[in-house]
Amino acid sequence: MADAKIRFEQVEKRFFLRDGEHVALGGVSFEVGSGEFFVIVGPSGCGKTTLLRIAAGLEAPTSGRVTIARGDGDRPENAMVFQGESLFPWMTVRENAAYGLRMRGAPRAQIDDVVGHYLDRTGLRAFADAFPHQLSGGMKQRVSIARAFACDPEVLLMDEPFSALDEQNRTLLQQELLRIWDETKKTVVFITHSVDEAVSLGDRIMVMSSDRGRPKAFVDVPFTRPRSVLDLRATPEYGRLFGDIWAELRDEIRFPVPEPAA
Amino acid sequence: MSVDARDRLLSVASPIALFVLWEIAARAHWIDVRFYPAPSSIARTFGTMLANGTLLANTLITLERFAIGIVVGGVPALLLGLAMGLYRPIYAIVDPLISATYPVPKSAILPLILLVFGIGEASKIAMVAIGMFYPVVINTAAGVRQIDRMYFDVGRNYGARGWAVFRTIAFPGALPVIMTGVKLGAGLGLILIAVAEMLGAPSGLGFVILNAWQIFQVNVMYVGIITIAVIGFALTVLLNEVERILIPARPRH
Repeated sequence: MADAKIRFEQVEKRFFLRDGEHVALGGVSFEVGSGEFFVIVGPSGCGKTTLLRIAAGLEAPTSGRVTIARGDGDRPENAMVFQGESLFPWMTVRENAAYGLRMRGAPRAQIDDVVGHYLDRTGLRAFADAFPHQLSGGMKQRVSIARAFACDPEVLLMDEPFSALDEQNRTLLQQELLRIWDETKKTVVFITHSVDEAVSLGDRIMVMSSDRGRPKAFVDVPFTRPRSVLDLRATPEYGRLFGDIWAELRDEIRFPVPEPAA
Repeated sequence: MSVDARDRLLSVASPIALFVLWEIAARAHWIDVRFYPAPSSIARTFGTMLANGTLLANTLITLERFAIGIVVGGVPALLLGLAMGLYRPIYAIVDPLISATYPVPKSAILPLILLVFGIGEASKIAMVAIGMFYPVVINTAAGVRQIDRMYFDVGRNYGARGWAVFRTIAFPGALPVIMTGVKLGAGLGLILIAVAEMLGAPSGLGFVILNAWQIFQVNVMYVGIITIAVIGFALTVLLNEVERILIPARPRH
């Protein structure tokens, strides 16, 4: 790919435990294009979170490397939206959303400006001075998303950001994420175990194998943007893609249900 | 009347009832007034000491030693505790030293402190500082260690390094536990300042109390005891208020 934004080259991660060596990632190579919404889907334990943490610089690979192409300006390489509750409970919504900019020493006026914009886009303006414990799960994840977008990174990394939410909230937040993403066209690597979510959000999907943490298949998602998550789900094309990816994944479930006896 | 209001009324009424009972018992000579003078007579002594300035002068000296000791003991304890919580090798080095010395009753080392720091101000301040140091360092280290690793990941991912990690994650994350240590340490410091002032001090509330025993002015002794008790009470109220202001994010129950 000519304009690759992130390049994973033979990324390997091994753990040494008491009962021997575990391969979490067995030499993963792929590229994500600039402005691409890339989704990694796979069963739990397939190493997808490890892969994202390596890309985020939070873990070192045993071998191989991840490179992120730098644009102009002094933007941070990446910003991560974490799984679960990652907002600082001792900071207000505004302070949480401003955290990345503050740590980079951005001028106060710029922080107020950018954070204000993303609080508006996520409908959190009225809760700017609230503390996380006063918010619902969906609102907390909106703040996490605002925090990541506000620091304007080269790439956005999302680690199952909606997995703890109920069905309705998840759909709402998926739609909101797409709306904000459409304005910025950031390169996104999004991890999920939900096939539904992968097909709704992604431009391209990588199905991961639980066997030694390797990519199993790459699937292009043909839907145009901007998308409506709900309208999309009603189309026959959506059902077909969902079936294809599910078929790839079915073999990856560690404990397959036995076929009923004839 | 609500249950809350009733409980408040009872809480106020019980100490008043005790004083009234004490007054009656003293006047009727059911108790030995040489040891247990009537509250009204203690109040008169209190008025006299307030008027001639001895109470205020000695109280201020005690408060000054106490305040300096709290800072001298608390600030290093806080910094060391944060470093112990964040860096495992520092914890491994320092924790055994703290665990080994912590169980020593602080009042038992007063003679050693007098030996090292002399009978001047330094030994009084040192006693308060020691009382403050242990609960704060132990709670700060424990408070930082119980912070979810994820918050440090978030900090790292969003560019927090060095001092910023202390300031934005370790300190605020550990603050509720630190405040408990501060309260314990301040309480211990108050006990120790009273003890320290009884040995080799020419001033302060501890001196007032011990001196009153030596010259058998029991009323003065009670004034000293009550004053230090009031300081203890005011300290609790103050620290609870500080906690309320510093930790607004804690869910209220």
